[in-house]
Amino acid sequence: MTIFEYILFFFLIICAIAASFSKKLLNTILIFMSYSLVMSIIWILIESPDLAITEAAVGAGVTTVLFLITLKKIEAIREPQKEETLAGSEEKEAKLHE
Amino acid sequence: MSRKVPEEDYKKTLSYRFSRWLSGEKDPYLGEVEMKKLLPFSEPRELTLSHSKQQQEVREQVYDIKENKEVKGFSIAYRIVSVLVLLFLLAMLLYSVSYLPPYGEAANPVNNEVSERYIEKGLQETGAVNIVTGMILDYRAFDTLGESHVLFIATCTVLILLRREKRRDHEEELSDRTHEPKNDVILQTAARVLVPLIMIFGIYIILFGHLGPGGGFSGGAVIGAGLILYLNAFGFEKTEKFFHAKTYKWMSFGALACYSAAKSYSFYTGANHIESVIPLGTPGAILSSGLILLLNICVGVVVSGTMYAFYCMFRKGDF
Repeated sequence: MTIFEYILFFFLIICAIAASFSKKLLNTILIFMSYSLVMSIIWILIESPDLAITEAAVGAGVTTVLFLITLKKIEAIREPQKEETLAGSEEKEAKLHE
Repeated sequence: MSRKVPEEDYKKTLSYRFSRWLSGEKDPYLGEVEMKKLLPFSEPRELTLSHSKQQQEVREQVYDIKENKEVKGFSIAYRIVSVLVLLFLLAMLLYSVSYLPPYGEAANPVNNEVSERYIEKGLQETGAVNIVTGMILDYRAFDTLGESHVLFIATCTVLILLRREKRRDHEEELSDRTHEPKNDVILQTAARVLVPLIMIFGIYIILFGHLGPGGGFSGGAVIGAGLILYLNAFGFEKTEKFFHAKTYKWMSFGALACYSAAKSYSFYTGANHIESVIPLGTPGAILSSGLILLLNICVGVVVSGTMYAFYCMFRKGDF
């Protein structure tokens, strides 16, 4: 095993731990995506390019997108614009009352 | 006959005040009621502490932790036992992992007569240069058929769970679109360059599945990812021209039926010791290795459609 593989495995373990310990769901998804990418490089290094292609397409691509949509649907990712406009309208109302 | 009332008298009447109030000319509360701006909810820290203290006291009274020794013992024992179980599980798993044979050794139990046969006679019997594809789509094609059906059933389940029968208001669809970068120039330019490349790469992976690394599943996943990128860049209007629920239905039906027919033919000939009519061809050429190319295309079509359908169902509940 080369040093490069050791670095990759170390990064893989760190990603796995960080994904379960991070408090924001968005961060968890991004860490999970980087985990998949590292895993696909490791698949190439242990001579299974078939799995590497599938891991990169499914693990890093499609799964991440599905997770992100789910987060948006349960409104864990909020739009910053919306809150601003709400705050703005409240201020306007307050001014009117004054 | 109507009486003419002077204006000052009329202003004192109830009907005048009522009509003014109704038309909103005068705010009846203005100057009468003290107005306060609504502040966000905040609680002083001491109050929060006292609340939590009260909760603690209530819990202590209800469960009577100090007096009731059984409850106290149980809560302590529960923690200890859970930690012990987890430690035991960890030790078991580490112990069994240490017994696994080292990676890539010649004497491993993986290298038995089955894989030997695959390696020695795989090229002869299946005609596929890529032994992995030869194994998946020839020796073990029945498993792969099951996998394709599992994917199809998974999509059906997602359809049942996420499908919306009625189309909701047009406004909601618009607002759904506002969450995405609408007609984002960067995304569209990138997609214009990338999507054809991704598609060609996916088709290459599917068609050369029996010659190089890849196959139906990985190629289909790549094509599905490309479709999702195209959808994100250009919106549903453009993708609905060539892909909607009916297309997906016929695509999966055709591919699965084709797969089943091809495989039942080869099972029939194999079980009855009849020579298959389909030639294996010269290994290395694209049109070789019998049915594998056809099966790869079938699997690729099912997988790419499934990926795209998943995305649409998650996003819109319809496609």
